[in-house]
Amino acid sequence: MTGKPYVREVPRFGWFFRQPRYMRYMAREVTCIFIGAYAVVLLVALKRLSEGRQAYEAFLQALTSPASVIFHLVVLAFALYHTTSWFNVTPKAMPIQAGEDFLPGWVIVGAHYAAWLLVSVALLVLAGAF
Amino acid sequence: MAKSNKPVIWGLFAAGGTVTAFVTPALVLLTLLPAAGVMPELLAYDNLRAFAGHWLGKAAVFAVIFLSLWHAAHRLRVTLHDFGVRADLLVAIVVYLAAAAGSLAAAYYLLRL
Amino acid sequence: MSQRQVELEVLRYNPETDAEPYFQRYVVECEVEWVVLDALNRIKETIDPTLSYRWSCHMAVCGSCGMMINGEPKLSCKSFLRDYQGVIRVEPLAHFPIQRDLVTVIDDFVTKLKRVKPYLIPKEEKSIAAGEYLQTPAELKKYKQYTLCINCMLCYAACPEYGLVPQFIGPAAISVAHRYNQDSRDGGREARQQEIATNEGVWECSFVGACSEVCPEHVDPAGALQQVKIKSTVDWYQEHLMPWRSK
Repeated sequence: MTGKPYVREVPRFGWFFRQPRYMRYMAREVTCIFIGAYAVVLLVALKRLSEGRQAYEAFLQALTSPASVIFHLVVLAFALYHTTSWFNVTPKAMPIQAGEDFLPGWVIVGAHYAAWLLVSVALLVLAGAF
Repeated sequence: MAKSNKPVIWGLFAAGGTVTAFVTPALVLLTLLPAAGVMPELLAYDNLRAFAGHWLGKAAVFAVIFLSLWHAAHRLRVTLHDFGVRADLLVAIVVYLAAAAGSLAAAYYLLRL
Repeated sequence: MSQRQVELEVLRYNPETDAEPYFQRYVVECEVEWVVLDALNRIKETIDPTLSYRWSCHMAVCGSCGMMINGEPKLSCKSFLRDYQGVIRVEPLAHFPIQRDLVTVIDDFVTKLKRVKPYLIPKEEKSIAAGEYLQTPAELKKYKQYTLCINCMLCYAACPEYGLVPQFIGPAAISVAHRYNQDSRDGGREARQQEIATNEGVWECSFVGACSEVCPEHVDPAGALQQVKIKSTVDWYQEHLMPWRSK
């Protein structure tokens, strides 16, 4: 056999623009930037809390700024995309066999969403948001 | 071929992903409310200090921050690789060091409260 | 029987004469109920006998006719012309070197398949005289789904990590390892873990999930890989924290 097989190069940058499913994957992956950023905000809150009343209350004041509101809304959007994309794949990662058959995907996913609702409401109620 | 040690970091990533999936949206809402003119009781200085003063409160706060940081760090490492950044070892060191620093800082502040 | 004129844009490559692949257009009369494979066969029979491509069963069980159709990994025998408008672009399966025209070099896949020991390594040896290995329907269901793989390699074409990191063992190979690991008769899990619990094994996977989306047999390799990750993580902790525990 003469002649070499031809190797098609895969673009190192921007390969994910080629298909919508890759774009959805990257959107899911970049949620980590905002989860991480929010964790830093929580860390700053902790720092201010440990520095005393004045420092902490200045932090609370900063939370009401327009920049903070925009940041929170952006984080919320990405956090919700993380939550939904995470829950939706749980049946694949943890199939549960009951007897002979596996629990249908919607049962596992539904249970997650139900638990999420419970946890979120409980968290907000216990924190005295209402 | 040697078996990988990635499970350690992946375990943290998976645990962090699960915890953040459940609590982060509600937490974000909580810290967004002051801007809407609603001050959740827990966020008041005295209440939050009392919460973070209790060992259970410390554990909860640490768990959320710790797992969020390590989840974000590992996913960011993979994402940067997907974006074409090939210096994986360097990226790994930077992101995990950052997560470790954040975790230590959280522990430090919590122990002071 | 009604007919339809179909225009195909097919990637050609002759290793003996071409420096690079190029597209060639064909216009061919097709029956409306045909699949892309039928169109290719008509082209080969009546227009261009030099066009090379793999196919066999024409019913989506042999896994031979995988190719990129309008940029999507598909079995050409399962790609109905009625689902396509305009010019249909046909290319060899992505992420594999092109041997000739639509024929790819699949050696990498075959090597990886062999590495994961895709055969039963019995937990307990039994002579023929001792009879069959017994298995309940529930035990069968645990791995049945992963037996459906037809080795068509569409998942490798869809997986961006395989495209970027060619050492990645890949979805189908790890899924077939999982198929045997889940089989109650099998005792070879540890041997397979040596291959798939590695950095170029399951840990290269970032759960894009494209593999499961393109799989024509609904094997769900993405699911298999996540299950392998979870089991491997539990393994790691057991090995390092409780080394006295036997597997």
